[in-house]
Formats: sequence, structure tokens, C-alpha cells
Amino acid sequence: MMTLRPGGEAGLSALLRDRTEPLRVIGGATRVLWFGGAADLLDCTALSGITLYEPGALTLVAGAGTPLAGVERVLAAEGQRLPFEVPDLRGLLGTAGVSTLGGVVAANASGPRRLQAGACRDSLIGLRFVDGTGMAVKTGGRVMKNVTGYDLVKLLAGSHGTLGVLTEVSFKLLPVPGASATLVLRGLDDASAVQAMAAALGSPFEVTGAAHWPGEGTFLRIEGFAESVVYRGGRLARLLAPFGSADMLDGEDTARQWQAIRDVAPFHGRPGDVWKLSVKPSDAPGLVARLAADGVLYDWGGGLVWVRTAPGADLRARLGAFEGHATLIRADAPVTPVFQPQPAPLAALAAALRRKFDPRGILNPGLMG
Amino acid sequence: MDMPLPDPSILSRKARIVDRLRAILPHDAVIDAPAETRAYDCDALTAYRCPPLAAVLPRTTAEVSAILRLCHGEGVPVVPRGSGTSLAGGALPTADCVILGVARMNGVLETDYANRFIRVQAGRTNLSVTGAVEADGFFYAPDPSSQLACAIGGNIAMNSGGAHCLKYGVTTNNLLGVTIVLMDGSVLQIGGAHLDPGGLDLLGVICGSEGQLGVVTEATLRILPKPEGARPVLIGFSSNEVAGTCVSDIIKAGVLPVAIEFMDRPCIRACEAFAKAGYPDCEALLIVEVEGSDAEIDEQLALIRAIALRHDPVELRESRSEEESKRIWLGRKSAFGALGQINDYMCLDGTIPVSALPFVLRRIGEMSRSYGLDVANVFHAGDGNMHPLILFDANKPGDLDRCEALGADILKLCVEVGGCLTGEHGVGVEKRDLMPVQFTPDDMEAQLRVKDVFDPQWLLNPAKVFPLDVTSARRAA
Repeated sequence: MMTLRPGGEAGLSALLRDRTEPLRVIGGATRVLWFGGAADLLDCTALSGITLYEPGALTLVAGAGTPLAGVERVLAAEGQRLPFEVPDLRGLLGTAGVSTLGGVVAANASGPRRLQAGACRDSLIGLRFVDGTGMAVKTGGRVMKNVTGYDLVKLLAGSHGTLGVLTEVSFKLLPVPGASATLVLRGLDDASAVQAMAAALGSPFEVTGAAHWPGEGTFLRIEGFAESVVYRGGRLARLLAPFGSADMLDGEDTARQWQAIRDVAPFHGRPGDVWKLSVKPSDAPGLVARLAADGVLYDWGGGLVWVRTAPGADLRARLGAFEGHATLIRADAPVTPVFQPQPAPLAALAAALRRKFDPRGILNPGLMG
Repeated sequence: MDMPLPDPSILSRKARIVDRLRAILPHDAVIDAPAETRAYDCDALTAYRCPPLAAVLPRTTAEVSAILRLCHGEGVPVVPRGSGTSLAGGALPTADCVILGVARMNGVLETDYANRFIRVQAGRTNLSVTGAVEADGFFYAPDPSSQLACAIGGNIAMNSGGAHCLKYGVTTNNLLGVTIVLMDGSVLQIGGAHLDPGGLDLLGVICGSEGQLGVVTEATLRILPKPEGARPVLIGFSSNEVAGTCVSDIIKAGVLPVAIEFMDRPCIRACEAFAKAGYPDCEALLIVEVEGSDAEIDEQLALIRAIALRHDPVELRESRSEEESKRIWLGRKSAFGALGQINDYMCLDGTIPVSALPFVLRRIGEMSRSYGLDVANVFHAGDGNMHPLILFDANKPGDLDRCEALGADILKLCVEVGGCLTGEHGVGVEKRDLMPVQFTPDDMEAQLRVKDVFDPQWLLNPAKVFPLDVTSARRAA
């Protein structure tokens, strides 16, 4: 096994044009799932560096290999951030390495704020990639509103390297609010917790995080100007009074709590397979009841469920038919496809797109179907 | 602007094709008499028109599927149409095409407040989506200015925006799922009430594909709880540059207004004469709107006021009542009508980086003088989406041509400074031939491959988005 590490888009393009053998595409390899056979690594970390940052336009453009942590520091110095709260999955997956922007985009990695600020793909305003034939392509740009041509930005986000190798990504940013707080309801069962979160998310108080950690509590985050956070916290607590009295976490505890939720801390160091369910929030408790899970964490108001099960359990068989999908995030052995198999017509479209962009099947073959 | 010549073999089969359509659809769903198809000759880009072969008005997904399967078999191009409000010619027919209008599919299929979504048919108008949920305290965020008339299906095709997308995003950020019919008649469900569709993001590429990948018949849309209140402030400046810098400073300061609207002097004067909103006579005017409770609004407006005062505004008027808010918005909302009273105009839609605002406004001024055509600017400044309105006289020979040439130059300028040709209206036929300004042949090839996958015969809205010479081989195949 070799590691190939192109230093720029031209080099990457030449490499892919001549390549006939499969490649496993990686950034920092902190969030990659791979059950394929042995393959050479295509390491994108040399495509690194911030090429443009305009705080007054809320815009950042950077090489796909740029480390996430460095970008977050640069943004924080200007009081800004990536809106979608990128999860750090190293603790969950037992990976080391340094997460890169390209890896974040390839996985469409989005944390608790996704339900209010959108996913990674919603903040992504442009990118460059090289497809499996070596063709370099630009899509989108560096402005927030852009409907010129097809939105391949969305198609590439979350494509896990199967359509092309990202070389540059552009993001829309948001200011970091001055204050934050978290309401905590204790002792709710899963169904009541999802109802409480729905009530909060249906209120005008702009909840930016809604998670239920069984045994710990049901957490609702508010962010904004200091006085506004106090005001909305009070109104929200009154609204949720039927679910019990709420504790309030201050800004520091809020940051700590949501980092734990974002990174799925309850499963760190615990054995078993980990699955991620995307479901209609009100369906979540009923679905979880079918799973015989060893651990559960609800995020996105119930729309995202992290599930820990015995190794090798076929969660999809236990779920049966449901609206949504289940992704295998951590496992020792490939017992089942990582991604939920799609209905035949959708799978056929996806396969046809992969054949167009990667006709020789060299980019993470088999990962998405 | 050229359109492909109609296929004579289709024209000669008109009677047979119309008969076959009548056989699969209710009697009133097929229109082919020239007097009756006239309503479908053009959309809101009225400079271009052409009678279609026929127009069909289905009521169900099954009917849409049957129509597409039939046209697929006959090799007849299909142009999907929502309400026909496209400013880019997205629904412009060719003589050999069938217009597929979804206007009769306007029902609400499901409303779910616990999970915050609504499922509607694609012909439902944008504003009536909000209308269906506002009594319960919710709204649908994207608000294109044609929202009274425009259809959700058209919004999805063009990925429509609006004045409030600085905070809430555009259509693609508020779309959870679709039922879509491909050209071969197959019906697909993509996404739904859950947040991510799963697999490759086909929903993301369908949204904004200008009706070239399939016909959306149903949509699941995210609805949001209405904010407690909203209030605008009006700020006048003595130069465009200063107003542009103020926009940048507001954004940097960490306030996220729901809207920052910008008007320049020609636009202010026209609006004032038309709507008498009491606007100051100045070079540039901003309308900044914030949301929340009264106290939250006060807090944000205080911050905005402090920033604005650093830039010596010639006027700063905070709304203190519903009535005053309405007056502040009145001029802005009547801008297009006001200018339409004075002149014919062409509305551009390029987006630029906010930092390039002063430079671009100055260059547009210079270009306007050298072409001898006035340009009024009114736009969404927070996200850099410009709407220069080029004023011309359609009755004066040569004026439309000069206007189009100036428009093309302004859009090239937008691309040069790092922006794009269209921020929310779409490419359609209007900006089709400028695509190579923004994209290399390879950039376009990647997009064409997506169409190849969804519509291998290139029958859906085939003469749009890409220059005709770029697509000719595919369309002929």
C-alpha cells in the first residue's frame, strides 16, 4: 500500500487521469469509514491553506486539506465561526489525525446547530474538485446567493469522495453570538423529551440545539445577545413548565455540554457498533424501542439518533420499514453496507452519476454503493 | 437570443400527439388552440415569446407521469411551468414543445407542526404556503418578490431567494423532500420529513436545475415559528461607498439582520415620486430589518445605530410603529413598479462579494454613462445580490440591443470581481450565452453529465441554461 500526496490541483489531476487502480481518498482520516479491501491512500492534506477570508463578507475560501482547527482559530479571532458546528469524531471512532475542511465537506459533517443553521452543505457556497477522469471542475463560488448553473456543490457535499476529490472549499460564516445558555429538563422519558423539544423548536425563541441524553437530561440551547438570551431562556422555561422545572446552564457549561453532545461523548470508550439514524423526530422514540440498543443519544430535536448496539447487530433488520435512513458509523467488521440501501430507481441514478464522474471506479469504490 | 429550430417531424405530428394526450388526460387538461395557448407563449421575460405545440394542465402526479412517458415515447420536448413568473425565460416554449403547467396542482397534502414541515403540491403559490400555516404561528421563509403569484415548483426549479435569505437561506436550505417525475415517466421520492435525504444529495442538485432534470410534483418544506416581531431602520448616506462600508461593518459587528436592502439615488427618486414614502433625497439608502421581542429589537437597533452614526448618515429613521415600518418598506417594495412607470427596464440579478460593492457601483455608473442608459440600483446588500435596473425605451430602435449589451457588461463585471451571473432569478435563456464567462468548458461538462443521467434524451427544457452550441450534439443525439 502506498500513500500518494499530490501538492496541488494540477498534480492531482495528472495522477487521477492515469490511475486505473482504486484509491482510498482521505483528509485527516478522522471520520472515514472504510470496509473496502487494501487500496493506495490518496492523502489530500497538502492541498492546504486559507486563500481568502473576508470577515465583512462572512466568507472563507481554503484548500480542502486545510486543518479544521486552524481555520476555527482564525475565525474565532474575528468573532466568527462555521455555522454548522462540526463534530469531532475522534473520540467516538478511536481515530487520531487532524480533521480537514475537505473531510468535513465530503462527510457533510454537521453538529447540533444543524437544525437551526443548516448542515455543512447549507453553508458551503462553492468548491473545486477533480473527478475520476482527472477533470478539474469549479462549482458555486464565493458569494452567498448563486443560482448560476446546477448546484454541484450540494452533490459533492456528502459524496464521501466517490464523485471527485475536493481541492478547494468556500463557506458562508456566521458571527459568534455574545452569549449562550442551556435549559435542562431532567427525568423525561424519550417520548416526553421529544415532545418537549418539539414545543421548544416550535416557539419563536430560536433554539439552536435540542438534544436528549437519556439519564442525563433534555438540553435546549439559546444563543444571542446577553439580555436576549436571558429573556428567551425565561420565556422558554415558562413554555416548558408542563414538562417540569428547568435548570439553566451558563455559557461555559453550555459550551462543554454541547461539545459532549456534538462529539457523542456518551459512547466514548464504550464497546459495540455505532449507528446514526436520520428520522422524522416524532418517530424517533418508537423506532428506538425496536432496537434493543445499549445506548442512545437524540440530537436535532429527535431527528438524529445515535445508537450503540452489540457488535454485528443488523440494525436495519430491527428497524424494518421506516421513513429515513440508518448509517453505520463504527463497527469492527463489515456486516452490512455503511449507507442505507436506496430504492432501486434512486440507487440507479446514484450509480449512473458515479459512472459519469468516476468511470473507472477508482474513487472509494463500493463505499456508497 | 436564438432558440433551436423546431423539429418539423414533431410539428407534422401535432394532431396525433394532441389526440394521444387527450386520450390519457381529462378533457379540460389539454390546450392546443392557438388562441388558448397564447397565455403560455412567454413568462415574465416578455421580450421573447413563441406559441408551444400544446399546453397540458395535469392535476396529479400520475397524470404528470403519463404525460412525460407519452412525450418521451414521441420524442417531444417538454417545458415545465409553475406560474410563469420567471424573469429569465425559464418557461419560454419552443414551437415543438409541450408546456407542462402544474398550476392546478395547488393542494396542501400534510401539515405537521411537531416536526415543522408542510407537504404541498408543486403548483401551490409561495405566499399561500405561509398562508396555510400562519394562523398557527408558522411561516415558510423564502420570499421572492413575486411570492403572491409564483409557484413552489418554480421556486424549486430556480432555487428562489428573497429579501430575507440573509438569515433564513434560499429555497434549497428550506426544502426537505420532493416527489419528482423523470422524463421517462418514473416517479421518485427523495427526502421527506427527516433532515438529510441519505445517499448522494440528489435533492440538492435537483433544486435549481431549472426544470431540466425532472418535474417536481410535490414538495416537503421546512416551516419555521414566526418571530415575535420585526422592525426596520432606514439610514441615508451621502455616497454609495459609505453605505457599502456600513453594510460590511454591520455584518462584522455580529448582528445578523434578516434583511439589508440598498437603494441608490436614481432608485430613491423614482420610488419617492411613485410611493411618497418620505425617503430622504440622498445618494444611498439602507433599510435594515431585525427580528425578535421588542427588547431584542431595541438592543440590535441600538448597535446598528451606533455603527451607522460612525459613517455620518444624512438620515437615520427607526420605526417606532407598525405604520412607520410599513412606510419604510413601502418605497422599497414598490421600486420595480415605480421604475416601470417611468421606463421600460431590464432587471439584472448578479451577485458580488459585499466588499466589492463600492467599486462595482462606481463602475456601473461609468458604464451607464458610456452607454447613455440610466441604471437604478436596488438590491439585497447583506448577501451581495444586486438588482441593477437598466432603463430603456422599447419603442426606440436599437435601445433594447444597447440595453442587453450593457446588461452583459455589468454581469461580466460581477463575475470579474468574484461574483456570479445570477443570484436568484436563474439562467434560463436570458443569461444562457454568458455561462462561459463564469464557467470553463470542463465546469459546464460536469453539469451536462448530470443532465445526461436524469434525462438522457435531452427532452426536458433542453434549450435553457447552457449555450446552444455547447449542448447541440447532445440535443441532436
